[in-house]
Amino acid sequence: MATPAASKTAPDAPEPEVVSQRTRRRGLTRLSRLQTIGLLFGLLGVVLVGQVANALPADDVIFTFGFGDLAPELPVDPPNAVLAIGVLFCVAGVVALAERWTHHYAGVALLVATGLFVPLVLVCSLALSSSNQTNLIPLLVESLRLGTPIALGALAGLWCERSGVVNIGIEGMMLAGAGVGFVVYALVGGGRGGLALYASVVVAVAVGGLMAALHAVLSVTFRTDQIISGVVINLLAIGGTSFLRQQVLLPLGVQSGVTLPAVSVPLLSQIPVVGQPLFTGKPIYFSMFVIFVLTQVVLFRTPWGLRVRSVGENPHAAETLGINVITTRYQAVILGGLIAGLAGAWFSLETVGSFDDLMTNGTGFIALAALIFGKWRPWSAFGGAMLFGFANALGTRIQFLNVAVAGFPVPSQFLQILPFVVTIIVLAGAIGRAVPPAAVGVPYSRSR
Amino acid sequence: MSSRVRGAGGGGRGRAHAAVEAYFRLAPVTVPLYAIAVAVVLGGLVILLAGANPVEAYSALFRGAFGSPQRIAGALARSTPFIGAALAVAFAFKAGLFNIGAEGQLLVGGLTAAWVGTFGWMAGLPAVVGIPVVLLAGVVGGALWGGIPGVLKARTGAHEVIVTIMLNAIALRMTEWLVASRAPVILLDESSSVPRTRPIAAGARMPDLFGSVHLGLLVALVLCALVWFVLNRTTAGFEIRTVGINPNAARYAGMSVPGTIVLVMACSGALAGIAGAGEVSGGLGFLTPGGFVGFGFDAIAIALLARANPFAVIPAALLWGSLLAGAPLMQLEAGLSIDLVRIVQALIILFVAADAIVRYLFRIRAPRGEDVAEAAVFAKGWGV
Repeated sequence: MATPAASKTAPDAPEPEVVSQRTRRRGLTRLSRLQTIGLLFGLLGVVLVGQVANALPADDVIFTFGFGDLAPELPVDPPNAVLAIGVLFCVAGVVALAERWTHHYAGVALLVATGLFVPLVLVCSLALSSSNQTNLIPLLVESLRLGTPIALGALAGLWCERSGVVNIGIEGMMLAGAGVGFVVYALVGGGRGGLALYASVVVAVAVGGLMAALHAVLSVTFRTDQIISGVVINLLAIGGTSFLRQQVLLPLGVQSGVTLPAVSVPLLSQIPVVGQPLFTGKPIYFSMFVIFVLTQVVLFRTPWGLRVRSVGENPHAAETLGINVITTRYQAVILGGLIAGLAGAWFSLETVGSFDDLMTNGTGFIALAALIFGKWRPWSAFGGAMLFGFANALGTRIQFLNVAVAGFPVPSQFLQILPFVVTIIVLAGAIGRAVPPAAVGVPYSRSR
Repeated sequence: MSSRVRGAGGGGRGRAHAAVEAYFRLAPVTVPLYAIAVAVVLGGLVILLAGANPVEAYSALFRGAFGSPQRIAGALARSTPFIGAALAVAFAFKAGLFNIGAEGQLLVGGLTAAWVGTFGWMAGLPAVVGIPVVLLAGVVGGALWGGIPGVLKARTGAHEVIVTIMLNAIALRMTEWLVASRAPVILLDESSSVPRTRPIAAGARMPDLFGSVHLGLLVALVLCALVWFVLNRTTAGFEIRTVGINPNAARYAGMSVPGTIVLVMACSGALAGIAGAGEVSGGLGFLTPGGFVGFGFDAIAIALLARANPFAVIPAALLWGSLLAGAPLMQLEAGLSIDLVRIVQALIILFVAADAIVRYLFRIRAPRGEDVAEAAVFAKGWGV
């Protein structure tokens, strides 16, 4: 939120002032953001304590962690667990409402309360399902796995937007990578795996980079509106990959299904109980973690990372210091595209082993939401991506467990919707404001 | 944080104002036409690469859209929802808002229309009452779905692009559940093999004008005129355009910027909602959950092609719809995938958006110096 002083020092940023003036005018009778959310949590807590807790069946539910005889088990009594969570929600609500006295503890309390949603949903769904036991380690692994393309997409957007270029074309870059990567795999390798499979992943990555290069040409060189440029990327990828599939892939008649093989991390995967599920996976899944660490290090610990960030915050100042804004933006945008291409390969080459029209199915946009959710920081964006991954994994699990309320199965769509709703709430400023790179969206021109 | 705001800070008639004007007004006809021409030529190259004859393919495409009265009617029917949806996007553009959620708004508008249309009391109504009722239902649904991002933007500054993307996903999943759920059955037509809503009452169906063209086309054309009138001949329209060009100036002049944002987003959603209701009422008579997938992007593309001009939306939507309507014949005769049309469409938008390329190719002078290429109208950053 822009303070009056901040708006004065940044005359080219009057937009936030429009909003902040309204929020500043709120007197004692109006609730602040945190207080509003606190009130909601308090009400939810009351409902949980009063209504939900005693409506749940009293039989214990058992959470298992890992496989084998040694796997720890955690029996939970649903009514008491929900009662405890409800009370904690009330406490968090009170702390947030008393923001004047509790200061920054209000935010912490709300963050903890938000985190408690995970056990709440787990306990409730298991108590209402036909089974009373579930294994949490596979659920965790599945969340991470389903979150992989979202996380990679968020990183693609992160590099692009940290350099000051809005990227709503992540979806298109992913789709192009997935499509062209698989077509090359079918043409060269006949869909039978082997070295061609890895080569196709490289092609997918390169195609993502090419699409990003187009984005850079349009939005950096020609200074086209960056959102329009993203729309163009998406349209082109949708049309291009569907065309390729019809013209090239279908006549070939490749029925592949051969995907990247699973690998195990040596030693770590030998750990009893949890080692095997946690440290066995496919290459792109593991590379995601590596890319996250690299992004964090390069962006915040290297001169080039500093240049990218400065170009995204204040390109004119950066230019004055001798940084080539255009080149730096090109590099960052293309790097983002390469990562998006890898995310595309996750779909066609690592997971499914075929290519369908619109295969990425909106993941690029969800990645964008995860990025904003994570306030343009790598690890927070990772958290956002995993929230979406968890919702997807839980949705499948709940269908599998026959969770039913009042005799009707709980629709998996409700769980799929949850992260979108959370994103909107976060974006609306409930849990701290998301402040994007200052120069994002503004085409750079030396003459200004 | 757009260049136009920066320019306005310099006082007077800012550079940004010129940029907006340039983007929407200068060479409004020639550049899109040249862009279409370049896209068609490049599309021809793609056809050659795919091993077909471009002349034959384009001829089949043309005949597929306009070869017979039935085909013309089919192309018009295909274009009808695009007019309303693109109008929604264009209207929001005028206030400097980027409504990427036309898809969700169409869907919710169609959903409310399909829901209201199956009410028991609808059965006996004459068409004069029934049609307005379902269209109004679409307006309410669309306005609600468009109003949410408006309120959030006005009150908290949440960027409408992200909120509408999220709302698209929510609308899609909710519709999926409402229409396809078998336990409990909510809107599902159990006698149908595919998930769809029950057919709406006969009195709520829009009649066909000729061939497959239904009354919705006239409704869409009237809406275009209405939007033009509101934008250019009313006080509200003046405020909307002022907020779009320079929100600070609008605020200093005593206009309510947040109020305008909410109003514009709700109206934009309502326009898309009518288009959705029109497809339910005039087309099939029921709603399928996947019925509007991809319409949001088409709507954005058409609105860009029309440079947010309410009347220009009509030819742009007709171009879009007839390309799609003609594609099957092209596939049949030239053996080319209908997706070629999608590539051509993307290329059209590419050259319309990056008009610097077209201007360079055809030596069209950029009338106001370099500002023409700097029309940073929409990408204002996220959420601040």
